[in-house]
Amino acid sequence: MDRIPILRIGEMLLVSIQVDLQDHTALMLQDDLSNRIVETGAKGVLIDISALEIVDSFIGRMISTTAAVSRVLDAETVVVGMQPAVAITLVELGLTLSGVRTALDVDRGLRMLRDSVEIPVVGRGVSPDDGRAD
Amino acid sequence: MSSQPDQQWIDLLRDNEDEVIEAWTAAAEASLAGRMTGGDLANDIREIYNGLLAGEGSETDIRSSVYDGLRALLNDLGRTRARQGFSPTEAATSIFALKQVLLDLLGRRGDLGAYRAFAKLSIIVDDLGLYMLETYANARETVIAQQAETLLELSTPVVKLWDNIVALPLVGTLDSARTQVVMEALLQALVDTGSEHAIIDITGVPAVDTQVAQHLLKTVQAARLLGAECIVSGIRPQIAQTVVALGIEFGDIHTKANLSDAMLLAMRRSGLDIVGRS
Repeated sequence: MDRIPILRIGEMLLVSIQVDLQDHTALMLQDDLSNRIVETGAKGVLIDISALEIVDSFIGRMISTTAAVSRVLDAETVVVGMQPAVAITLVELGLTLSGVRTALDVDRGLRMLRDSVEIPVVGRGVSPDDGRAD
Repeated sequence: MSSQPDQQWIDLLRDNEDEVIEAWTAAAEASLAGRMTGGDLANDIREIYNGLLAGEGSETDIRSSVYDGLRALLNDLGRTRARQGFSPTEAATSIFALKQVLLDLLGRRGDLGAYRAFAKLSIIVDDLGLYMLETYANARETVIAQQAETLLELSTPVVKLWDNIVALPLVGTLDSARTQVVMEALLQALVDTGSEHAIIDITGVPAVDTQVAQHLLKTVQAARLLGAECIVSGIRPQIAQTVVALGIEFGDIHTKANLSDAMLLAMRRSGLDIVGRS
């Protein structure tokens, strides 16, 4: 059975959806993701859907729910790389994903998260600017 | 199956073939006002003539299978005439001319029985003319549809104003078909150029009603899903008044009176400032 991998990058989690989502895969992802956020104490979640070409109302709602769940667990969610056709479909379906932040690509999404997520404790010997893009 | 006397018209055509074709060509040529060469026309007419004879006079319904060849020929002719810009009357007259030719021929003979045969043939000729007109109209519609499509593509240029900023100057009325094309073009441009700001300039849109506003909102929402922000600019005073009178809510979408203000805002948002020298 397909499982969507969840990668950890520092304080953030990266979910890259590279296959067309089935309903059960999507539900499993939601489950896995919430578990991982709690485990890792991630402050940001990046969902890359650039390879997703087909969405229906279920997947659309699932993206929105996942973002809401992450926010409750105190992790900012950014959906990145949406295809134009997918965006049009979602708007036609009336799903505007209000409350979900979006970015054009992973790079910008990452920057967006870094700017907004506060990392309060900085280890000694590491400059606070390390790893920042700007 | 028709009875024997009803088939007299086929004999009439067969016996006077050369004479009828010649007169028919002359009549058709007059109606087409010299815009086709006599040779081409004579060929077309001879083929129609042969097509008619192929039925052996047994059928008066031109949709029967014996007239398959004839119908294909008329399809072809109807399309060609439409492309060449002949009017419907001109196209149809080239067929209907056959009636006048035969009537003249019969008038010289004064044969009463032959008139009955003519009446029969007359029905077929009318059907042929109508059939060709139908093809003609279809061909015209195809041309119009193609032109409409071309217009749609022409009317949606997405221009890059600056790094990170694209503009979409809209000219003409926005309907749902056009909005769809506009939306796709804009979103594709945002993805291709990696721009985070889009300016939709509606200076050239003559009127904004609830439907147009709805379409604009959809475009802005779709752009947001991609991670880009839209600014709507070029709102004329009358349009602003109409929008308020209609109770249209643009929500949190930024609107500006002109393109330059919108561009300034977009540059601010992407962290740029324009500073005068000295």
